[in-house]
Amino acid sequence: MANEIQAVRAQAPAGAEHTRDRKVFIPPVDIVESPDAIILTADMPGVDDKNVSVTLEKGVLSVLGEIEPASVKDRKLAYAEYEIGDYERAFTLSDEIDQDRIEATVKNGILRLVLPKTETARARRIPVKTSR
Amino acid sequence: MFWPEFRRMGLSPDVWHGVDRLQREMDRLFAGLSLPYERSFPAVNIWEGDNDAVVTAELPGVDPDRIELSAQGDTLTLAGSREPEPLREGETYHRQERRHGRFTRIVKLPFRVDEGAVEATFDRGVLTIRLPRHEEEKPKQIQIKTT
Repeated sequence: MANEIQAVRAQAPAGAEHTRDRKVFIPPVDIVESPDAIILTADMPGVDDKNVSVTLEKGVLSVLGEIEPASVKDRKLAYAEYEIGDYERAFTLSDEIDQDRIEATVKNGILRLVLPKTETARARRIPVKTSR
Repeated sequence: MFWPEFRRMGLSPDVWHGVDRLQREMDRLFAGLSLPYERSFPAVNIWEGDNDAVVTAELPGVDPDRIELSAQGDTLTLAGSREPEPLREGETYHRQERRHGRFTRIVKLPFRVDEGAVEATFDRGVLTIRLPRHEEEKPKQIQIKTT
């Protein structure tokens, strides 16, 4: 079937190492730009408002989700297709984001960030004309 | 070797910068791809207990009301769809890594399931289904008599 969904598994990032001995994955994201904001959506099953953190420092937006490895009580793992670990991913943002008004929400294992553009960035758009 | 030749030819360091960048890109692309799993959606884990099995599946962003679950005999069927958020006027994608569409997974268990007693919960994008073993199928202790 052409429209069958396929899993995009969180990937292990290259180069990063953590102090905690736990696997770290890169969550798949969608990034959408609207006229007044950038909206980032990340698949992070297992996260809630307590174990996810979003930080912005020197123009780098970092998303970190810390997932406790869950095992089902009194049962042993017989078959596994996915592993549980932390999520981490970082993006470089341009100056045009209003860093004080960033909103983050978590629902059904999805992190959604709304990064509003600054007033000046919205006004600064210069139309480019072609001259003949 | 091939590469030292390049250096002796006095190529600009920019070339090496490019190679480094390519290498990093490749590392990023192939990181995590060594997992021997089939990439079907959703990924499931199966936990085995004495009298039941627990299936967990990662379904981030799927509306729990729209997950169709059915158990028959020794088969569990898990179906549903993940809808993309429609783009509004003036919005454009920078990246689209998350997939959308319909999915169906069929999981065969090593025992007959008591269909009436299946329980499922959905928490933080993770679906957990408990499938108890059918009463008739549970192992019976057999007394050994001495003659």
